[in-house]
Order: sequence, then C-alpha cells, then structure tokens
Amino acid sequence: MMPGSEEGVIEAIRQAHEVGEPLAVAGRGSKQGLLRPVQAARTLSTAGLAGITLYSPSELIISARAGTTLGEIEAAVAAKGQHLVAEPPDFTALFGQSQAQTIGGVVGANLSGPRRVAWGAMRDHVMGVRAVNGMGEAIRSGGRVLKNVTGLDLCKLLTGSHGTLAVLTEVTLKVAPVPEQRATLVLRGLAPGQAVAALSAALGSPYAVSGAAHLPAALAGFVPGIGPGPATLMRLEEFAPSIAYRSERLRADLAGFGAVEVLDDAASRLAWAAVRDCAPFAGMQGAIWRVSVRPSRGPAVAAALEAAFGASWFLDWGGGLVWVAGPATTEAHDAVAAAARAQGGTHTLFRAPETLRAAVAVIPPEPAALAAIAARVKAAFDPRGILNPGRMHAGT
Amino acid sequence: MLPQPAPKPGILARRDAIVAGLRELLPDDGVIAEKLRLKPYETDGLSAYRQVPLAVVLPRTTEEVAAVMAFCHREGVRVVPRGAGTSLSGGALPMADSVVLGLMRMNRITEIDYADRCATVQAGVTNIGITQAVAGEGFFYAPDPSSQLACMIGGNVNMNSGGAHCLRYGVTANNLLGLKVVTVEGEVLEIGGAHLDAAGYDWLGLMTGSEGQLAIVTEVTVRILRAAEGARAMLAAFRSNEVAGACVDSIIGSGIIPVALEFMDRPAIHACEAFAHAGYPLDAEALLIIEVEGSTAEQDFLLDRLKEICARHDPISLKVSTSAEESLAIWKGRKGAFGAVGRISPDYMCMDGTIPTSQLPHVLRRIGEMSESYGLQVANIFHAGDGNLHPLIMFDANDPASFARAEKFGAEILTLCVEVGGCLTGEHGVGVEKRDLMGVQFTETELDQQRRIKSAFDPGWLLNANKVFPLKGLAAE
Repeated sequence: MMPGSEEGVIEAIRQAHEVGEPLAVAGRGSKQGLLRPVQAARTLSTAGLAGITLYSPSELIISARAGTTLGEIEAAVAAKGQHLVAEPPDFTALFGQSQAQTIGGVVGANLSGPRRVAWGAMRDHVMGVRAVNGMGEAIRSGGRVLKNVTGLDLCKLLTGSHGTLAVLTEVTLKVAPVPEQRATLVLRGLAPGQAVAALSAALGSPYAVSGAAHLPAALAGFVPGIGPGPATLMRLEEFAPSIAYRSERLRADLAGFGAVEVLDDAASRLAWAAVRDCAPFAGMQGAIWRVSVRPSRGPAVAAALEAAFGASWFLDWGGGLVWVAGPATTEAHDAVAAAARAQGGTHTLFRAPETLRAAVAVIPPEPAALAAIAARVKAAFDPRGILNPGRMHAGT
Repeated sequence: MLPQPAPKPGILARRDAIVAGLRELLPDDGVIAEKLRLKPYETDGLSAYRQVPLAVVLPRTTEEVAAVMAFCHREGVRVVPRGAGTSLSGGALPMADSVVLGLMRMNRITEIDYADRCATVQAGVTNIGITQAVAGEGFFYAPDPSSQLACMIGGNVNMNSGGAHCLRYGVTANNLLGLKVVTVEGEVLEIGGAHLDAAGYDWLGLMTGSEGQLAIVTEVTVRILRAAEGARAMLAAFRSNEVAGACVDSIIGSGIIPVALEFMDRPAIHACEAFAHAGYPLDAEALLIIEVEGSTAEQDFLLDRLKEICARHDPISLKVSTSAEESLAIWKGRKGAFGAVGRISPDYMCMDGTIPTSQLPHVLRRIGEMSESYGLQVANIFHAGDGNLHPLIMFDANDPASFARAEKFGAEILTLCVEVGGCLTGEHGVGVEKRDLMGVQFTETELDQQRRIKSAFDPGWLLNANKVFPLKGLAAE
C-alpha cells in the first residue's frame, strides 16, 4: 500500500487496526536490512507522501512529507546555503541497494553522522511531526518553531522509534547555514587509546571541532586521502579566517601527539562523507554493529572484539561510536553485546543476514520495569500491535 | 482562584497517618507537616496561585526518593516534585492532598569527566552550580535560563529549560546524556548514560520537558562544553519593529548564527534603561542585542559583518562593545528586564509563546492593540533567533479585576501565537498556567494520546496531576 495522502494512511491503518492485521512500515525500503525483520504480509509505504511543504530559510525551518527523499531536501536547503545539522548518513552502499532514503526513514531511524558529537543527533533537530498512530488517528507534536515545550515531546519519542508507535507523515526539521569552509587535522600512527586522547583534547578545546574519528591502519585506506596507516581526524567548519586561526591553535595544542597535517576543504568533504557513510565496511561481508559508549571506552570495546573474533573497527564521535564488522554469528553478536555492556554502553546490530537479525537481541533488552512501561507506551499508540511488530525487540 | 482537582477521598482525613508513615522513611528533618513550615511551599515563581500541601518531604538520596514514592503509591497519595520553586508556569504548585517532594537537598555533584565532556549531578544542583564546578577547567553547562542562579537541574530537565544562548547551544534536551529516575511505583531506572543515543525508544527525550508527569528525576548526566575564548556584544537600534525583524532575517540569512540575538520593543527599552542605565537609545522603537564568540580577531570579523548587515537597515544607532565591561553594560539592561518592569508596575505576568520569527511585526502590532483594549501595559522581550516571545503584562494583583484582565490578555496573546503558527510555551512549560489553553494547540485526539502516555508511566495519575492537561479531562477517581 502506498497512499498519496495522510488521509490514505489513516484509512489503511484504520482498516488494519479493525482486523488486527500487522503492517510493515517503510518509506522506500532502504533500511529494511536494519534491526529485526518484520513478519507482515503487507507493507504500508509512505513513499507516496512526497514534497517539501514549507521552507523558510530565515527561520531555519523546513517541513516535508515523510516520503520526500533526503536528496530532494538536501538539494533544496543547499540552494539557500543551508544544510541538515545532524548530517544524516547515506547507507545505501552499506546495505548494498540503490533505493534513495526518505526523510521519514531518516527520522524514524534517528540516523546521524559525524557532526552528532558536537551539534546533536537527528532527534535534536526534529521540531515537529505529523503522524498516524496504530488506531488510525492523526497526531501532531511540536510545530514549525525552534523552541517549543508545549506538551509531551512526541517528536523525540517518535524519532528513532522505527515506525513501531506511529507512521510519520510529515516532519519539520531545523536547518543551519553551511559553514563557509572545512578543514581536517590529521594525526598519524596513533594507537587507539592515544587517538581518543587526542580527539578528547580537540573536542575539549574552544575551537568547536565538529568531527572526531579514528581509523586503524587496516581501514584508513578506505577513506579518500587518508591512508595508509592509522589516522586520527578532526574537522573544523567555520568562516575562512577562523579555519586558518583554529587549525594553527589546534596544531600547537596537539603537538604532543605528533605532527598535524591539514586537509583542505575539498579533501575534508570527501573524507567525512566516507566516515559518515561507513564506507570502510561497504564492501565487507558479514555483520556490522554500532556500539555507543563513553568516548574514552571506545578503544576497550575495540580491543575486546579484536581479541574475541578479529573484529574490524573504527571510531567516530570522538571514540564514542565504535563501528564493528565481523562474522554474522550468534557468538560474535554476543561478544559485541557483552563488550558494550562491560563498558557501560549499548549495541545495535546494524547489518546482518535476516537469520541472525531474527535470532538475537539486535538492541539490548530493557530492564523489566522499563520494558513494562515500554509495552504500555506501545499500547498507548498501537493497542493491537499492528505497526512494525518485532522490529526492535522480539515479540513486541 | 485556579480550579484544582478534587482532593482524593480519604487522603486529607488520613493526613496524620500518612505523615507518620513518611517519618518512618526519612530522618526527622526530612518531613515537614507543621502548618507554618508548609507555607513556603504553597507557591512557586507564579505566585498568583497558592495551595498549602499535605506535607513536604526533603530526601537526600535516590533511595529515599524511591521509598517515598513506593509509600505514596501504596497509599494512593499524589506527589508534586519541586526543585528550587522557580517555575513561571506554576509547575510546582501543590494540591491540598499532595506530598511535595523537594529535591533541593540532593545537591551533590557525583562525577565530572573532562575527557568525555560530561558531568553527573543530583537533581538539586543549581544550573549555575554545574558551570561553576567546571569553569576552572574552562568548561560550562550551556543552557542558561534567567533563573540560573537559583533553578535546579532536575527542574530544568522537567521543563526543558532554555535561555538566551539556545540559538547556538540548544535547550536542556540537547545537552543531556542520561537520567536516573524513580517511577511512580518507586523503581529506580537508569536512562541513557555517559554515551550518546542509546538504542531503543528515546526515553531521555520523552522525559525531558515532561513537567513531572512521568517520573521523578533524581540524577542527571549532562554534556559539558569547553567555553569559547571570549564573547562580545553589539547593540543595534531601529526605527520600527518591522525593520528590526527584517534585520534579524538578514543576519540569519548571512550564515552567521550569533550565540545570542535578543530583541526589545519600545516599552521594554524604556523600562530597562530607567532601571539599569545601560545606555539604550530612548528614541528607538526596537533594539537588538547581538553576541558573538571566539578569539578577539574572530569576534572583530563577525562583528564587522554584523555591523554591515545592520547598517543596511537604516539603524538609529549601532554600538559595538570594545571590551568585556562594555558587553556587560549592553547585557545589563536586558538581564534586569524583570526587575525593571517590576519597578514600574506592582505586578507583572511573564508570557512565553513562540512564533515564527517572520510574524514578529504582526504579533507585536496585535499585542499593542490588545494592550489598549485591556488597559494594561506590556513590554516585549524576544529571543529573536528562535522566535521565543516574552511579553511582560503589567497589572495590580491587589485589584482582582486587573488580575482577571491580565489573565485574559495573556491567554489572548498565547492564542495568537498558536494562530500564527507558533506554540503556547517555548521554555517556561505549561504548568497550571497554560493547562486549560492546551486545546488551542492540540486536538482532543492529540491530548488523549499524550494522556495515554502519561498513564503508561503513571496509571493512577499520582504525579503532578494538576498540571499540563486541561482539568476537565483529568481521570475521575
């Protein structure tokens, strides 16, 4: 089903609600490989809800129907010198398919790129949503203004809920001016612990570092202009005079970690797009995980998983996001989950064959008291459990 | 007087037994039940509304909070959480049959981690207290509500507090990593942590700004940021609100996001200047305070560009600060705005709608018309970058007719904010103040959706039950 209007979404969900028929919820399906497979005979797609409905550059606001492609939105804001702050990644190569992603999918999955570490996640930039709950009721939250605390914040709850609570029909995002220039500082040859110490120093500087990643030797070659050898990357995005000034200050501050190279604007764009889109793993077989931990614990997670199954890994978000690749086995998955837990963080099985995704907890189970609340919140939106059943946790 | 939910049957009659039960859970000084000592808890920053609670408890630990919640849940007693009591929307207003749960004794900072740029603090630590604890290393906690000397982080989380610098640094929700909360049943839950974006539903985002409806926040992990090298302000005065509004558009359109972009209208300029002698031009209709950050050279670069932009809008005057002292003087009037208005009027009501910034001239014109028809003065202060408007309505609380007119005036302004595409509250919260206006912004279906989420956390509606939702919808006992 691919309704062309919110009314059509309402009608489709109402009918499914009446008979208790489960629905797979999707945009163009670019993220079907993410999380758990959904058992549903029919798919409700929002791809038919297309188009930008409001763009006010001077108010830093854009609204679009859920099925609008990310590409269309990015082109529209780029034409006015603006961008999406959370820098949503493009994982089409990672998932080995060619469908353009919709903005509904980007918000539904709360996908954020390297800038997340400094300027917030997708969920921090969702100012308003229109959605249809599991009973076929239209609900709105937030609005088209940048500051809004009226009522419970369903924008954040629905962002990252993977279509399990309601089907997004329209979203309103905060945008920002594209900084005049970019530059990337590169440190070579650091061990992971040293690399994260350097990233922490940079992120803890007054120079507004907006990207902080580390690539070990085996993967640095997959990032244009970076390899070979371990590379630690720090991005600046500012007016041109500030780029010059801040690069020099950071070079001096980081002298203890080694000589700093500086990549120019064009090279920076290429390098950070590769980090953002997880390019180092795009051609790899097997499973891919994301582990989110306190940044200084990133190297410990990496070391544990190297020892457990020879994991490939690299670090983004100053060390706090560990991208992990390895065999698509239950043993490897359990090792990832255990390593994340041991360091006080969480895991997501990001890409794997369907059999593994159906067999394991793709994200950590919640403690009993919170799981009980989660079940009641799910029922508050979708009492018959028809929207994307089992997408995040088995049996819910 | 504000309508309150009917007291739950039997609670007032069992008062002594409930107090005795609470005394078993907390040290002697942790329970207040004497009438005179309850008095300070009868109101908050919205002092027009008052209600003495059944009792007040002042726990020191999450375990004590959990014990109190488990007890109140068992006994069916309503609970109203309270931090410093600075809410401007009546967020901490008690009910006669409620226990006020004061978090102000939970004022310890439990961890500061500069390398990972986070700090974990108890709910009763003040907003400024976090910044003071990390300032020695050059760090700060970004959200800076006007009440930051007094207000507590637990309250900031519950109200999703903003401040003058959120155009650049975001509101509370954008600066949190984790929470420790106690459920209505007395279970302790950890939400998030020191890491970003935990997998699963965004409980952190849902709880932030939930105004005490979902759980009791006892501990908060915040992001701390390294402060910029310096900051400097400039002052631009204009002939009309329209021109100042157009200048704001030009600034944002230029690609510069100032760290602060504050707007004052003519009455606000006059009130603040009389109070603070900040050097504001009294012939201006509208004033912008624009602040930038960076090294001195970076500030110069940005201020030069801003000067050029402002100059295109035929300003009455432009004044760029050349020192920290001059910046302070520019801010002095704005920061003293509430005191200034308090000096020219016996009482004032601070409203808090948000509007699309393009609607500012229209909204200020309409507010001016309302001001005449209600016969009440109003001064407008506006976080111009993010559209958050604070009209200060002046009235006389000793005159019930004046108070009633002010309430109606305020409601009409907020309704206008929603009509032009904005919302009822940008940073103060709904509380009791705007509870009965929620129907202006939301459909009954949408309010029911929110109520069902509240019920998922708090099936018996024991948590802060007199707030946020229109009273008529409150589940009957």
